[in-house]
Amino acid sequence: MTKKDDQKPIVFEGASDMPPMSASQGSMSVNKTASWRSIRPIIHEEKCKSCMICWKFCPEPAIFPTSPPTINYDYCKGCGICIEECPFDAITSEKEGK
Amino acid sequence: MKRVLTGNYAAAYGATAAKVNVVAAYPITPQTTIVEILSEIVANGELNAEFIKVESEHSALAACIGAQSAGARTYTATSSQGLALMHELIHWTARARLPIVMTNVNRALGPGWSIWADATDSVSQRDTGWMQVYCENNQEVYDTTLMAYKISEHADILLPTLVNLDAFFLSHTSQVVDMIDQDRVDAFLPTYAPEYKLDIDNPRSFGSLTSPDHYYEFSYKMHKAHEAAKQIIPEVHAQFAKEFGREYGMTESYRCDDAEYLLVTYGTIAGTTMDAVDRMRDKGIKAGALKIRYFRPFPSEEVRSILKNAIKVGVIDRMISFGHEGAFFTETKAAMYGETVPLYGFIAGLGGRDVSIKDIESMVDKMQAEDPSNLIWIGVKE
Ligand code: SF4
Ligand code: SF4
Repeated sequence: MTKKDDQKPIVFEGASDMPPMSASQGSMSVNKTASWRSIRPIIHEEKCKSCMICWKFCPEPAIFPTSPPTINYDYCKGCGICIEECPFDAITSEKEGK
Repeated sequence: MKRVLTGNYAAAYGATAAKVNVVAAYPITPQTTIVEILSEIVANGELNAEFIKVESEHSALAACIGAQSAGARTYTATSSQGLALMHELIHWTARARLPIVMTNVNRALGPGWSIWADATDSVSQRDTGWMQVYCENNQEVYDTTLMAYKISEHADILLPTLVNLDAFFLSHTSQVVDMIDQDRVDAFLPTYAPEYKLDIDNPRSFGSLTSPDHYYEFSYKMHKAHEAAKQIIPEVHAQFAKEFGREYGMTESYRCDDAEYLLVTYGTIAGTTMDAVDRMRDKGIKAGALKIRYFRPFPSEEVRSILKNAIKVGVIDRMISFGHEGAFFTETKAAMYGETVPLYGFIAGLGGRDVSIKDIESMVDKMQAEDPSNLIWIGVKE
C-alpha cells in the first residue's frame, strides 16, 4: 500500500485502514487525473506576457505561476479554459494522442 | 437550578449548556422559539457562539456542515417541511461523519397545512445514517440534547443525532426542567476535538470522488458505528445517571415485567400510555408500556427481550408509511421475528389529533377481541 511520509496510507486496502469518512490526504500524488484529456493546451513563450490570467482561471489547478507559466500534464484535464481566457492568444490546443 | 421551560427552551438551553460554537437555523413554526431564544442567548453574551443567519433550512444545515468540518461544535433546529428541505444535507452530514446535533420539532407535513404533532418528518429521514431519539417530556429534551453531543462525538461513533419532540405538546408546553450547573456539564462533556477536520497545517480533501472500491467500506463503517452506538449509548446514560441522578435507556419499560398486554410507543403518547396502563391495572388488566427512545440505532434485542413474554403487543404510531403501516410497528415486528406473540399496529394522533387515555384503553379492548385486524386506525371519523 502507498504511504505518506508519516507512514499513514494513501491508498486503502480495506475498512480497517480507512478513515471513517472520505477524508483523504496525499491521494493526488498517486491519483493522476489527466487520463481523459482529449486536447492538450500548449503555452507559446514568444507570445506570453506572463499576465497569469491562465493561472487564475485554471480550475484544476494544473498551471503553476512560473514565468512563463507551466502546465502540469498529470492533472490538466484539457478543459480549454486557459486557451479561451488568454488575452494574447499565447495558448493553442493540440489534439491528444494523434 | 430548576426553571419552568417549554420544550423548545429546554432544547435551546441544552445546546447552550453544550457550549456550541456555531448556531445556524431558520425559523419554522413550531420550532421558531428555539431560534429566537438562542439568538438572544448569543446576543447577550451568555453563549460565546457564532449565530449564522441563513435564508433556508438547506443553508442552515450547510452552514453547520462547514463549521463542524472546521472543528466547531454546531447546533441547528427545524421541523417538518424544513427538515424535508434539508434532506440532501442530512445524508451529507452522516456520510461526512459530522457529529452535529439537531432538534426536530415533530410536525405534520402539508398540504393540508398542519403545524401540529406527527412523526412523519423525522421517520422520513430514517435511512440517512443519523441517530434518532424521541423525547417524552422537557427534562428529557434538555438531558437528551446534552447526551447527544457526547454520544455523537464519541470516536467510535461520529454520527449526527436528531433529537425529536412533539409539536406543541412539548414545544410550547411549560414544565419544570432541572438545569445542570455549567462546571458539571463541562466535566461531563469535554471540548470537541475531532481527529479529522479542515486544517491548513495538515490539509486533506473531504468528500472527494469515491469509487466502488471504497464507497462500500465507508457504508459498512457507518453501520458498524451504529452498532457501536448500541453499546456506547447505555454507557453514556449510566455516566449521566451517576453524575446527575436521572436515568435513561434506549427504551423505557413501564410495568412491563408481568404485563400481558404491552403497548409500544414513543414521544408524548408514551406518557399518556403509562397513565392508561395505571388505569387498566386498577381494573385488573395486566397492561404495560414500552417507550422507544432510540429509533436509530434501533434497539431490537432490547425490544424483543421485553416483549417476548407478553400475550399480545400493540404498537402505536403517530405516523403512517402510506401503503404499509406505522414505521415503529414495522421495526417492532422485525425485532420480534421468530417469536409467536401476535402484534397489532395502531395509527393514532396524526396531524396532532389528541390521543386520550380512553383511546389507549380502547386499543387493549381491540387487541382482546377475537380476531383483530393487524392495522387499526383509532378515532377515524368514517
Ligand atoms: S494568460 Fe496567456 S499571456 Fe497570460 S500568462 Fe497565461 S499564457 Fe501567458
Ligand atoms: S486546459 Fe483546463 S485544466 Fe488544462 S491547464 Fe488549461 S485550464 Fe487548466
